[in-house]
Amino acid sequence: MALSVDIRKKMGDFQMEVRFEAEQETLALLGASGCGKSVTLRCVAGILTPDEGKIVLDGVTLFDSAAKINLPPQKRQVGYLFQQYALFPNMTVRQNIAAAVRDKQRRKAVTEEKLRQFRLEEVADKRPGQISGGQQQRTALARILASEPKAILLDEPFSALDSYLKYQLEVELAETLEQFPGTVLWVSHDRGEVFRNCRRVCVLDQGKSQGTFTLRELFHEPVTEAAARLSGCKNYADAVPKGTSVFLPEWGLTLDCGKEVPEDIHRVGIRSHHVAMTAADAPGAFPCEVQRVIQDVFFTIVLLRPENAVPDAPPLRMELDREDWAKTEDKSRVWAMIQPRDILLLK
Amino acid sequence: MDWYPLYNSLRIAAISTVAVFFLGVAAAYYIAKLPRLVKGVLDVVLTLPLVLPPTVVGWLLLCLLGPKRPLGAWVLETFGVKLVMTWWSAIFATIVVAFPLMYRTARGAFESFDQNLADAGRTLGRSNAWVFWRVQMPVCKQGILAGTVLAFARALGEYGATSMIAGYTPGRTATISTTVYQLWRTNDDMGALKWVLVNIAISAVFLLAVNLLETRQRQKGGGR
Repeated sequence: MALSVDIRKKMGDFQMEVRFEAEQETLALLGASGCGKSVTLRCVAGILTPDEGKIVLDGVTLFDSAAKINLPPQKRQVGYLFQQYALFPNMTVRQNIAAAVRDKQRRKAVTEEKLRQFRLEEVADKRPGQISGGQQQRTALARILASEPKAILLDEPFSALDSYLKYQLEVELAETLEQFPGTVLWVSHDRGEVFRNCRRVCVLDQGKSQGTFTLRELFHEPVTEAAARLSGCKNYADAVPKGTSVFLPEWGLTLDCGKEVPEDIHRVGIRSHHVAMTAADAPGAFPCEVQRVIQDVFFTIVLLRPENAVPDAPPLRMELDREDWAKTEDKSRVWAMIQPRDILLLK
Repeated sequence: MDWYPLYNSLRIAAISTVAVFFLGVAAAYYIAKLPRLVKGVLDVVLTLPLVLPPTVVGWLLLCLLGPKRPLGAWVLETFGVKLVMTWWSAIFATIVVAFPLMYRTARGAFESFDQNLADAGRTLGRSNAWVFWRVQMPVCKQGILAGTVLAFARALGEYGATSMIAGYTPGRTATISTTVYQLWRTNDDMGALKWVLVNIAISAVFLLAVNLLETRQRQKGGGR
């Protein structure tokens, strides 16, 4: 009982190759905009057809290019939550939900039950254009569940909302999905959203799936630069393994990693908040010139240039509390350090 | 006053509008799904009657339907019916000239239709026909209605192709437009004036209807 996807599709000069397996869980598809996340969902739902590959849901083959199987969307039993919900504007909330129940005998009962369950009774006779964003989302979810799907696909469910409303709806959506027994695919470009709502993540980069990771693997031990980027890491440099440390030619730095560095490591990632200011004589400290200071809402971003860096090296980005930066006396030259455990070794 | 031309014009326009409604909507629906090149070619061919002089359309129709032409001769032989010079011959002409108006307005309405709505219906298990009649047509209703009214008005005003294919026989094939021409030709300016006023009145009502529909659509579009 699960969803297995292994598909390839060429779109213009963009080659998509996506492979993942999901149990009865909420699996995130995480990737930057335009990396093929929505296309993947549309292929699973049957709205788009892959060039080749196989999609199996709960033992039923939805698509198999080799066996020439391609079920129409109507027969796939896959619920799709569209970005703007795609509620039928010519129908009331009640009619929208009723439209998803094909069994005439049960239509009225199921519709009324969903209206109750999703607290939509008061707006049941209103059109989608007359209700709030939250009610629209509840209507869309009620409609999907009324069609009794085996899997639910969420296409960036909160992309069009401001952050406060988004947070409220996210809690509601999570509660609804907890009750759902089947597979849920949650497409997102927002790592926070994924972290809060999913256990496992399939990372997509430029149309290619990079494998499926647990949250821990993705956020604490990312193995590729694409995964590290999606987890929010901002500093990257080429790396040369040297026993238990790495040499970073661009910054002219040798950093202690506290353990043997494998030979296949070619890059390192360093999170901005893991770069710390320290005293000049501290072990592992290196001097940096301050290039630029940017004030963010709750913290200060300082762009550093290690003193031995090559001319066109990227800056080393440091994030620290506003107060800590305000207390710093010399704001043009600082000593920085990075804890060995905070250096992400990337292939 | 003999009201036959009014009755004849209205029934020709009504019948051809019904035909054009289904033909235009079907063409707009299916052509929108074709590859771009085919779509471009079909678009030109189907819109051509809108810009061609009515006499060119009439001549082409006579080439097809005339009693000595392939299709006309075959129908005459098989069913014993002449396709030209009857009251309903004008319907062929009005269908051809009114079709582009219906087709283009319907296509414009379908192009602005959010395809996600159709996909939502299909993932919910509803058939393509259900999605079309219960979602797409109601959502595009204003545009489709405007196209229908325009097509009716155009069919009502058709003169050139009609006069070539149906001619002018008082009490048989006469329409408002052919009657006005005949009355003017025979120096009956007062008679012509009556029909001119009738025609202006009907056309004004229909254009008013189009304007009302378009305003309503704009208001609806802004409110969503």
